[in-house]
Amino acid sequence: MRAVITVIGKDNVGILHRVSGVCAEYQANVLEVTQSVLQDMFAMIMMVDISKMTADFAKLSDRLTALGEELGLSVHCMHEDIFNAMHRI
Amino acid sequence: MNNTMFNAGDILETIRMIQDECLDIRTTTMGISLLDCIDPDIHKACDKVYDKITRKAEKLVSTGETIEKEYGIPIINKRIAVTPIAMLAAACPNDNPVLFAKALQRAAETCGVNFIGGYSALVHKGFSAGDIALIRSIPEALDVTTRLCSSVNVGSTKSGINMDAIKMMGEIILESAKLTADRQCVGPSKLVVFCNAPEDNPFMAGAFHGVGEPDCVINVGVSGPGVVRSTISKYPDASINELADIIKKTAFKITRMGQLVGKRASQMLGVEFGIVDLSLAPTPAVGDSVAHILEAMGLEICGTHGTTAALAMLNDAVKKGGVMASSNVGGLSGAFIPVSEDAGMIDAAVDGTLTLNKLEAMTAVCSVGLDMIAIPGDIDPTTISAIIADEMAIGMVNNKTTAVRVIPAIGMKEGDMLEFGGLFGSAPVMPVSRKSAARFINRGGRMPAPMHSVKN
Repeated sequence: MRAVITVIGKDNVGILHRVSGVCAEYQANVLEVTQSVLQDMFAMIMMVDISKMTADFAKLSDRLTALGEELGLSVHCMHEDIFNAMHRI
Repeated sequence: MNNTMFNAGDILETIRMIQDECLDIRTTTMGISLLDCIDPDIHKACDKVYDKITRKAEKLVSTGETIEKEYGIPIINKRIAVTPIAMLAAACPNDNPVLFAKALQRAAETCGVNFIGGYSALVHKGFSAGDIALIRSIPEALDVTTRLCSSVNVGSTKSGINMDAIKMMGEIILESAKLTADRQCVGPSKLVVFCNAPEDNPFMAGAFHGVGEPDCVINVGVSGPGVVRSTISKYPDASINELADIIKKTAFKITRMGQLVGKRASQMLGVEFGIVDLSLAPTPAVGDSVAHILEAMGLEICGTHGTTAALAMLNDAVKKGGVMASSNVGGLSGAFIPVSEDAGMIDAAVDGTLTLNKLEAMTAVCSVGLDMIAIPGDIDPTTISAIIADEMAIGMVNNKTTAVRVIPAIGMKEGDMLEFGGLFGSAPVMPVSRKSAARFINRGGRMPAPMHSVKN
């Protein structure tokens, strides 16, 4: 089971550190990270393994949303199934 | 599932659709059969109704909230549809069916759903026990409740049109508006008159749980006019067939999301998964308008010449894209054109370009019918019946669902605005023809089914 975490907004020092810190807190293992600039937006996309997570998915998601608000970035944490459904036949 | 990373563009597209283009799951609607609650003692029946609904739908809202978090997709409404109450009222001929309305309202409050549909009667071929009493009680039921939705099916392609019921419904709609005149005439905004009503429609106000349905089922309504509009606007020079393909691809993605949410909800609730209704359902929010899709296709304003053609293509492309995306497509599936709930439709109606006549033509090619239209409050009830009769005839002859949800604006005249607020929006009072159809409507009887109903 994997989740996709996206961080969109203005680039800054320490974003990756803070986001992966939250993941580590809940034992969500970071599998891959990619960064790109698309449509004038900095976007970091992170794939994490959530199968051994120590808390509910909702908790991780709430924590990341709060972190996003703190950093002034848009942070989303979504189960990978939604991307599988929408973009793969 | 494989180990490779998703395409970053795909991920950002999904997030943009949700965040900027108002993509959402419009409703997860639980259909609950009340056939096992029938009892000749209406108080016992009401208790059974309340108990069954609150038991089955106890976790509907919390499950929806969990799924919202998991997939990061908003689920705007959680709702309940039940067996047409006329069937329960039939067992208690000496009691007021409004008692059922109150029980449904209480159940909706307990479960935390914003609407409960099914204060309904199916009378397309004639009235059976309970039907007339239920229809007569609709104005009172909608007056004393806030979350109840009502619908009456008065016609079908297979059986023709019940003209007696149409005459009644003109009077019922007007009476309901009068009873709720102090609340922006909100009564009739929760009342739909149907031809060919679907039994698995998850959208209010017309949702009810048909008798051919399982005991309990989850149906999902997806929406996304904003996504379609935004996609179309990226292709200003595409030909119409290219545009149709683009809409199909977008509808596919939207529907897949609905299918995912529906399956997950059904698994979590331990309830059968029914259908995905892939309707473009507008809201008054900026960027969530079906009228704006038609305008993005190249119309100066919705309602001008070309609107019917543009809508026909849109409706068809949405269906085709959705059908491949889901194992079970049902409900209404297509494009809705509710005037008060669509910012672009409101503007076009205020502008005078979008008229009742044009809307009637549009209903021949959209997924439903004349929806959320305010009409002058001093209208004759037979004129309302005649508006319904026209719309039912379009549905019957074209083998499609049509519906009428008009709101007589008591004490208001053309050009005034009814303000409902929220998802219901605001409706400019639109002009109607003042010439009488009373003699035609007062004839009553039943309009025979068309030739193509004889298929067996």
